[in-house]
Amino acid sequence: MALLNSILAQLLNGLRIGSIYALIALGYTMVYGIAKMINFAHGDIIMVGAYALYVFVSILHVPAVPAVILTIAFCALMGITIEKVAYKPLRNAQRLAVLITAIGVSYLLQNLALLIFKATPIPFGSIIKVPSIQIAGLTISGLTIVTLAVTALIMAGLTLFVNKTKIGHAMLAVSEDQGAAELMGINVNRTISITFAIGSALAAVAGILYICQYESLIPTLGAIPGIKAFVAAVLGGIGSIPGAMFGGMALGIIESMSKAYISTQLSDAIVFSVLVIVLLLKPSGILGKLSVEKV
Amino acid sequence: MKKYGKQILGCVAAIAVYVAVTAAVNMGVMSRQMMSLIVPVCMNIMLAVSLCMVVGFLGELSLGHAAFMSIGAYAGALVLKSGLPTVAALPLAVVTGGACAAVLGLIVGIPVLRLRGDYLAITTLAFGEIIKSVFNAATPITGGAGGLKRIPPVTTYRNFTFVYVLMLIVIVLVSNLVNSRHGRAICAIRDNYIAAEAIGIKVSLFKTMAFVLAAFMAGMAGVVYAGNIGILRPGNFDYNTSIEILVMVVLGGMGNITGSIIAAALLTLLPELLRGLSNYRMLVYAIVLIAMMLFSNSPLRRMLAEKRNMRQADKIQ
Repeated sequence: MALLNSILAQLLNGLRIGSIYALIALGYTMVYGIAKMINFAHGDIIMVGAYALYVFVSILHVPAVPAVILTIAFCALMGITIEKVAYKPLRNAQRLAVLITAIGVSYLLQNLALLIFKATPIPFGSIIKVPSIQIAGLTISGLTIVTLAVTALIMAGLTLFVNKTKIGHAMLAVSEDQGAAELMGINVNRTISITFAIGSALAAVAGILYICQYESLIPTLGAIPGIKAFVAAVLGGIGSIPGAMFGGMALGIIESMSKAYISTQLSDAIVFSVLVIVLLLKPSGILGKLSVEKV
Repeated sequence: MKKYGKQILGCVAAIAVYVAVTAAVNMGVMSRQMMSLIVPVCMNIMLAVSLCMVVGFLGELSLGHAAFMSIGAYAGALVLKSGLPTVAALPLAVVTGGACAAVLGLIVGIPVLRLRGDYLAITTLAFGEIIKSVFNAATPITGGAGGLKRIPPVTTYRNFTFVYVLMLIVIVLVSNLVNSRHGRAICAIRDNYIAAEAIGIKVSLFKTMAFVLAAFMAGMAGVVYAGNIGILRPGNFDYNTSIEILVMVVLGGMGNITGSIIAAALLTLLPELLRGLSNYRMLVYAIVLIAMMLFSNSPLRRMLAEKRNMRQADKIQ
């Protein structure tokens, strides 16, 4: 019974961290699907979100709910700006050039944060104050409940948005064939901007949830969850929205299980080995489609 | 004569630099700080030139160069600490370090070769993180987070000749490879891998070759690092180190070996000379990366290139 309880507790832990990965992975996957690029700076948007929340709550003393909304809006704007300034001029350039630019943006955001907020970790209390509940001897923290609920809501909303609205259809069309979508009268630039905005907004939510869990801010806090979320996106099949959700959850569970039952130090190595194994066995991911490059 | 002009120029430059540096060290013109920078400059040139081969000529982005360097550094340091006389231990350490990095390059290379571009970049990045956490966990061998201490200082500026020769070997190896049949195959893969495959170039073979060779050279640079600094910590070889090498390659003009050499030397010397600006160094690196990419793909640049082509065409007529 004790073992079962501990496994269940770890499973919940995994789901909590996994939902954060899933939210970030959604941003990667959507941007990849539409702009055909890996937005390396995506992980750092999490960091921007975390710091923005800190500024709104601790420095400007905005109440929690408006602060969250402002943070999300700020990150969405940031995503659009980055796309317009750094990625749009390179839309027809070599992929290597785009990739290096994205790394540059990621580095720029980290170092700007370092200059403004310095390297010392800033403590930041969680803004989520929900009491924990007990079910059959298992304590579920309030944070876990909120994280899971928020993630489930966002995922349902996103699925509906992409499949039912006009803009969502436009996004699907652009990711399928940009040229054809343009011929059908879809405004490709606007669609790409909207995608970046949604992706960055999701990253902001992830950043808020992340910072409520770890309660300490450093300029590089986005790097590791960013890379792990990328692993999650690849695991689920990059370009696929359900894949990103599934991959994020799976990766979270793998991580918390290996932390609890194998080794804390090696858990990162295990998570990244998942990436290598997936790429070896099924490079298109679990739910992804294999695209054959045509001449 | 004209055909060999470049090589002769390169030889003269190499000898002149060597004589100048040795003379400056022996006559005591250099400050301590400058002398301590001699070996890091050579090491960064080795790293930049080897990464230049992967990024500039193969056209793939590797973000795990620091990981290969760390493998070489740890393997080499263990050989150096084994108690052999320096004359034997140093060459052995360099070869061991390079070989270990190359083997790892091969292991990473095999899954990675099925990927292109973005996937490869992230996989090498993930690989770097794996190596770092393994080094942190393997405390009995690597000393864990506390570091591998008391490595004999065998590649300081007093052994400049050895380091310099090693650096020249790397430069000559890469520049000759690039101008050879194999090098042209590698460039063909970069330019259009489908076309390259269609004319019978073994894409996987050449990709692995370039990747493994670059790993080997990064491993050798790692040994130089170990022998210069005396203590190794897994944290020394993080993402930032890989990015720093990448900045050197990009600033040197991707695919330009001379450019990489100059950029590596400058980027090693400048931060030390401009210590007051050290807070802004990384920020400047980031801006350099973005600006270089935006410029080299901007209409202005295309216009300039076209003008130059026209001028050349005029000359021919």
